[in-house]
Amino acid sequence: MTKKTIEKKKAPEELTWKDVELGCYLTEPGSATRFRTGDWKTRRPVWDKSKCNPKCALCYTYCPEGCVAKEPDGYFEADLYYCKGCGICAAECPRKAITMVEE
Amino acid sequence: MAKRVGIEVSIAVAEAAKLAKVDLVAAYPITPQTHIVEHLAELVADGELDAEFVPVESEHSAMSVCVGASATGARTFTSTASQGLVLMHEVLFIASSMRLPVVMAVANRALSAPINIWGDHSDAMAVRDSGWIQIFVTNGQEAIDNVLCAFRIGEDRRVLLPVMVHLDGFALTHMIEPIIFPEQNEVDSFIPPFNPPLPLNPEKPVTMGALGPPSIYTEVKKAEDVALIESKKVILEVWREFGKTFGRHYAPVEKYHSDGAKAILLAMGSYSETAMVTIDKMRREGKSVGFINLRLWRPFPFEELREAVKDAEVLIVLDRAVSFGGPGGPVFSEVRSALYPLEKKPKVVGFIGGLGGRDINMAGFEEMITRGIESAKSGRKEEYEIFGVRE
Repeated sequence: MTKKTIEKKKAPEELTWKDVELGCYLTEPGSATRFRTGDWKTRRPVWDKSKCNPKCALCYTYCPEGCVAKEPDGYFEADLYYCKGCGICAAECPRKAITMVEE
Repeated sequence: MAKRVGIEVSIAVAEAAKLAKVDLVAAYPITPQTHIVEHLAELVADGELDAEFVPVESEHSAMSVCVGASATGARTFTSTASQGLVLMHEVLFIASSMRLPVVMAVANRALSAPINIWGDHSDAMAVRDSGWIQIFVTNGQEAIDNVLCAFRIGEDRRVLLPVMVHLDGFALTHMIEPIIFPEQNEVDSFIPPFNPPLPLNPEKPVTMGALGPPSIYTEVKKAEDVALIESKKVILEVWREFGKTFGRHYAPVEKYHSDGAKAILLAMGSYSETAMVTIDKMRREGKSVGFINLRLWRPFPFEELREAVKDAEVLIVLDRAVSFGGPGGPVFSEVRSALYPLEKKPKVVGFIGGLGGRDINMAGFEEMITRGIESAKSGRKEEYEIFGVRE
């Protein structure tokens, strides 16, 4: 549940055609963790900590990207590198502590 | 010593796949390819060929199985025709863009409707842009030779692309021809084992066919285009070595009395041989005519074609497929487009003929060449003509 630090690779838009792997294969498992998969969102979730009580972690549970993680202070936050802005966390939050804000 | 045997070309094609020691065959029978697949099934069932034969329920599945097998590093062969080729259309692009060197013999046949089991090139032309290397043959011996070359070309690490060998349905598949088969040890040294750089392997996992978003898709397609264009170097190299080893020589554009000829006819596939005999007759009568057999369809041999026709006044192109509502037959429009940048070029005249198995005999080719020359002089109104159609 706690936030992990992952080395983030250069984005696909920085690769030339000569950098593309044979057949566009992925040569390591789980390599998507190193790509910015959250670049198409139009809205991002913002937490209001005053409403987040008792830190129920439903946002963490429901996030289909697994990009919501617990910060050291015990509150939750989305990693915007991966967050696609789907708004499921905001819809599921029983305290309405999450607002979707235009990018 | 190589053996020379009288054999049906379809059976010989299956024997060529056996000589290449294929690991897997996945195919669905369809006229006029049936004997190729039947014979391969027999060879596997009789224990003469140590391979998996997967009797799939459709051509879409046939190509899907080939893709999966080739991805593991298996040498993979299939064969189809007509409706079968268009049913596997979706998967053809996956084989080429995932750089899997499947080899496929296509027994060229017309497309429905109406149902027509006879030969033409509408199936081949429908898969023109599928990213495969595509070779056309004019007789059975060439079919065997090019099936062997196809494994060597496609599996080369500088290429890694699938290869189609197009042989006309019936006109070639069902003929009994004298075929020279190389010895097993000669084939073994000509085709090294398939050793792909990134096969599916649990020890070293790779993902094939993952999502390619707008940020990378263009680069992937450019890489694929370059791979197909650059495969020509290897194709030439393999044909050269095949010629040196087995004494039969192949080229992307093959010239038959075309140097110095004022009018040149260009065709592909089995009708080329009839065209060549016609050229002999017309030349005996003192006419300045020649012939070009276009063997390599993809990658398109721009330089060789331009060089071969540069001094001609008229180039007559025979297509055996219709590009409905388009600029003429696919071969005609590509040839004309290839010549467009040249300062000095022949007038290009297009004919579409030989559809759905209708023969063009010597008299037909003579008429086509004569009319083509006249059309080039008078400047006909139509972009192309459907040859021999009843008005």
